[in-house]
Amino acid sequence: MADRTAIAAPFTQTAFGRRKERYQRIAQWVFLGMALAMIIPLVSIVAFLIYRAAPSLNWNFLVDIPRHGMRDGGIWPALVGTFYLVGISLAVAAPIGVLAAIYLNEYAGDNWFNRLINLAVINLAGVPSIVHALFGLGAFVYAARFGYSIISASLTLAIMTLPVIIASTREALASVPQSFREACWNVGATRWQTIKAVVLPNSISGILTGVILQVSRAAGETAPIMFTGAVFYKAVQRGDFFPYHLTDQCMALSMHLYTLATQVPDVKESVSYATAVVLLGVVLLVNAGAIALRIWMRNRKRW
Amino acid sequence: MGSADLVGADAPERPRRPRWAVWGERALETIIRLSGVSAIIFVLAIFFFVFREAAPVLFNGHFNILQFLFSTAWYPTSESNIRYGTFALTLGSFSVTALAMALAVPFGLGAAIYISEFSGPKQKETLKVIIELLAAIPSVVWGFIGLTIMNKIIVAVTGAPVGVNLLNGGIILALMSVPIIVSIGEDALKAVPDSYREAALAIGTTKWQLIYRVLFPAAKNGLLAAVLLGVGRAVGETMAVLMATGHAVQIPHGVLDSVRTLTANIAAELGEAAAGSDHYRVLFLTGVLLFCITFAVNLTADFVIRGVRRK
Repeated sequence: MADRTAIAAPFTQTAFGRRKERYQRIAQWVFLGMALAMIIPLVSIVAFLIYRAAPSLNWNFLVDIPRHGMRDGGIWPALVGTFYLVGISLAVAAPIGVLAAIYLNEYAGDNWFNRLINLAVINLAGVPSIVHALFGLGAFVYAARFGYSIISASLTLAIMTLPVIIASTREALASVPQSFREACWNVGATRWQTIKAVVLPNSISGILTGVILQVSRAAGETAPIMFTGAVFYKAVQRGDFFPYHLTDQCMALSMHLYTLATQVPDVKESVSYATAVVLLGVVLLVNAGAIALRIWMRNRKRW
Repeated sequence: MGSADLVGADAPERPRRPRWAVWGERALETIIRLSGVSAIIFVLAIFFFVFREAAPVLFNGHFNILQFLFSTAWYPTSESNIRYGTFALTLGSFSVTALAMALAVPFGLGAAIYISEFSGPKQKETLKVIIELLAAIPSVVWGFIGLTIMNKIIVAVTGAPVGVNLLNGGIILALMSVPIIVSIGEDALKAVPDSYREAALAIGTTKWQLIYRVLFPAAKNGLLAAVLLGVGRAVGETMAVLMATGHAVQIPHGVLDSVRTLTANIAAELGEAAAGSDHYRVLFLTGVLLFCITFAVNLTADFVIRGVRRK
């Protein structure tokens, strides 16, 4: 017994060892603090927004139109406008994005041209949203003569969110093991038959996750639609599901929040907070859906 | 041939795919290839269309590119002497970004280290989900938070006359760029081979010694790329800084001064500038400048990351 403690002692009880352990504990707490420093603002901000928004948060707020010069009333036209913009941008961006990801992951070899495409995807993701707005204005509103319209705004959004779809679809495709493809090629299937029969069925939930993330990104963007098709106010019937034509301008939730916060004096406080909560709620719910889908998919994965 | 010999003359012919299927597949693959190239087309198109709107002002004789880049006098609607100097705006962008990074880099990398090295599987999953949700908050909501909540907090704490200033924008931008720093930083730490960790732990290091003696040097490039991508996000952010930094075009002397950034300037003035006017074209030129800045930052980040992969 005496021998064993004599051996163990140098490892645990020297000043050096104690200092080492202390630094270790301090480091762990500091890093934990840094991680918590991001969670606390998120939770407290959301809680504060909901608290302030509470007087206006009800069903009527969602389906009513803005009243008294936007100082009171609801957000229906903005809600529908956001659905229009997101829907059309999704219809454009999803096919192009998924096919581009299929090209990059299934067809492209490692040569300079495909590296250039990768670089382009990375840079497209990094272009500031206001530059996308300038592009939309120059290309769709003026050059293509779509004017200030839902079409111009959604196309701008589509190009802006394309890299989101490409990146996540690629990740989903890359997670299908190479041996699956090889097995399929060995029975004589062509490249496309392999993609259709093996790769896509095994990665479809991952692709869907990316598409859902695109929706959440598109719903929250303001700058790209501000100068291409979104307006401060548009007269719409309460509860009307199809108030806009594709060549009309429309209201959008994100734009509406910006307007209420900066352009309209004396807005009832709870109205602007409630608008922020609805926008935040839509985006976070959609994201939570994507995360839930991903977790579910990972749990039932068989390889 | 061989199989025909084996089973006899009346063996069924090897099934062929109908011609439409072959051609359909070829058409589809062409579409796939075109979509693959679309990213390049869009990046070029963005540069082309933004530059096309800006170009006429460059060649109209009385526009001075040096004044545009290095003068602090931004008077686009002056009656007597119109001047387009963006230096104060560029400085505004850089000061907000620098402040945001000073806050976001330590916290972001610290959180990345905690997630990658200290947390258990359950905790790790929870933290990553929260960071993903943090990244999803739209920039206009951040701007709204800056304008309402942060504004009041800053006035109450510092006693400044207005709460929408450099400090406000810096904090908001820091919160916005932390998620990208955490997720890329965590990827970089994950990419360090486990054998490095095992070798260090085997000679009796603590986790903390492991982190600053082994992981930092090994993941250096990946962590640098994480910071660069955070910078790219912060420089390009529009709505949050538009709403949170105040609107004064000036060189900031302290964190409580209002500033205006390149992005916010475009968003604030594009609506008022008549299409085709010099003012309008100069705003597009500012867009070209921004495009080039973020392009350079992202390109550098990509080279840094690929340097790691090659190693």
